[in-house]
Amino acid sequence: MFDDLANGGVEINLANVTKHYPGQAEPAVDRVSMRIPAGELVVLVGPSGCGKTTTMKMINRLIESTSGEITIGGQNVLTLEPDQLRRRIGYVIQQTGLFPHLTIADNIALVPRMLKWDGDRVRKRVDELLDMVGLDPATYRTRYPRQLSGGQQQRVGVARALAADPPVMLMDEPFGATDPVTRERLQNEFLRLQRELRKTIIFVTHDFDEAIKLGDRIAVLREKSHIAQYDTPDRILAAPADDYVANFIGAGARIKRLGLTCVRTVVANGSSNGRANGRSNGEVRVGGPALPTVSVDASLQEALDVFLATKHDELVAIDRDGAAVGTLSFDMLRSALAPDVRKEPV
Amino acid sequence: MDFAQYLERRWENLLEQAIGQVTVVALAVVIATAIGMLVGIMVWRSQRRSGVAIAICATLLTIPSLALLALLIPLLGLGWAPTIVALVLYSLLPIVRNTVTGLRNVDASVIEAARGMGMSQVRALLRVQLPLAWPVILAGIRVATQMLFGVATIAAYVAGPGLGNEIFTGLSRLGSKNALNQALAGTIGVVLLAVLFDALFVIVRRFTTPRGIRV
Repeated sequence: MFDDLANGGVEINLANVTKHYPGQAEPAVDRVSMRIPAGELVVLVGPSGCGKTTTMKMINRLIESTSGEITIGGQNVLTLEPDQLRRRIGYVIQQTGLFPHLTIADNIALVPRMLKWDGDRVRKRVDELLDMVGLDPATYRTRYPRQLSGGQQQRVGVARALAADPPVMLMDEPFGATDPVTRERLQNEFLRLQRELRKTIIFVTHDFDEAIKLGDRIAVLREKSHIAQYDTPDRILAAPADDYVANFIGAGARIKRLGLTCVRTVVANGSSNGRANGRSNGEVRVGGPALPTVSVDASLQEALDVFLATKHDELVAIDRDGAAVGTLSFDMLRSALAPDVRKEPV
Repeated sequence: MDFAQYLERRWENLLEQAIGQVTVVALAVVIATAIGMLVGIMVWRSQRRSGVAIAICATLLTIPSLALLALLIPLLGLGWAPTIVALVLYSLLPIVRNTVTGLRNVDASVIEAARGMGMSQVRALLRVQLPLAWPVILAGIRVATQMLFGVATIAAYVAGPGLGNEIFTGLSRLGSKNALNQALAGTIGVVLLAVLFDALFVIVRRFTTPRGIRV
């Protein structure tokens, strides 16, 4: 099947995909076309009822499309037997859908067992996955879902979806039912995981902030799953395609962008195009009058926080070893978020 | 002759009747469970079809047992056959109804997850839905069994097996020697069997309910 040739994710392509329920005047999903590049996490975001979940479920054929074509790794999903197809696509839903009568280990082992892995390999994989999602295998293997907290259950849900190492994952508001603190932690852990695994992931949510945080790309949908804008989070925030998208982003687009941009990119850009406020690469004062420092891997949001906490207009960006890489001025930070900066050639 | 002496004299005969009653009830429950669960599985998804199925089973239960047994004589004769059929028909309602309820109560997200991870409909039913619905279905089977011990007693009228024979023979010769003892022995026997089986269900429930959903 499509994963035989893949390491990591595979590309998913939707071409004019439509779902028209019999007896309804309007289609629920109307001619959606989009390309999801291999190894990227694409977030479908839109108000409830816009057809984002329907669009997603047509990919693993829990809902059959009326017309159009969906391919995964170049293979038309309609040519595959649905159950076989689904065993190669990880599926995570909001309510976790863990089987309460099975232990955590048995829940995770389900798909590998259906794929006829031998017992030893299944056991190893279960322990590996529990480790991966931060649950101690010795403790949690034999527990039942009801003995776990909501956040832990959702971790098991993710582990179960990853069990057979599918190239593609579909996630339907997986963190939507958890409290804000747990959600944030799950998102961070999941991001870290995805950076390693590079699965092709379609992630559905109605929370735009979650979309910005997790997505490599975001598809903002309006009703009937019409794509209002499909781009990287940064570009959507910098240049919303229309009022609908702008409304969806809500207030504070620049504040949100602060969290997306890394200090390193601004410092690097700043030095190369002469925006570094008169200070070139070699002139960083180290050990001189002490400037506050910020990690080059920090976000501009954290840099702003440092600016606000001190009286200085400049920060020293330092790398992991504490060596100065460059300086970041308040003006550089501001111009990094200016609406015109993206249109300039870099 | 007092009751104790009566029991001592007739215990072999009583035991035989008790075994007959247990056998006929057990057989009927097994058959009814198979039929009832199958019907329940076929109708639970549709509000209308499960409504019809449950209404039919409920109607069966309103037929007086004596009348039902009598009606079955021309078709099946006397003895075990009409007894089993009547008992099966009576026990369908709790089993069908609880199968429908049990399956409906399974969390929709669990079924979606099962299908989403590539379980076929049959596998999802066997591995997920039925195990989760089982405690409710078992409760239906338990109610059916209790009820059948009472109804099986009446089966003595169509020459079926069971302690009903003791009771009815005793009642028909009231006033004569040992008549009351005979009726009493039969009645107490039925009650004891029913209590015994109810206790048995507690054990069956304990051992057949998956650990993760035991409360």
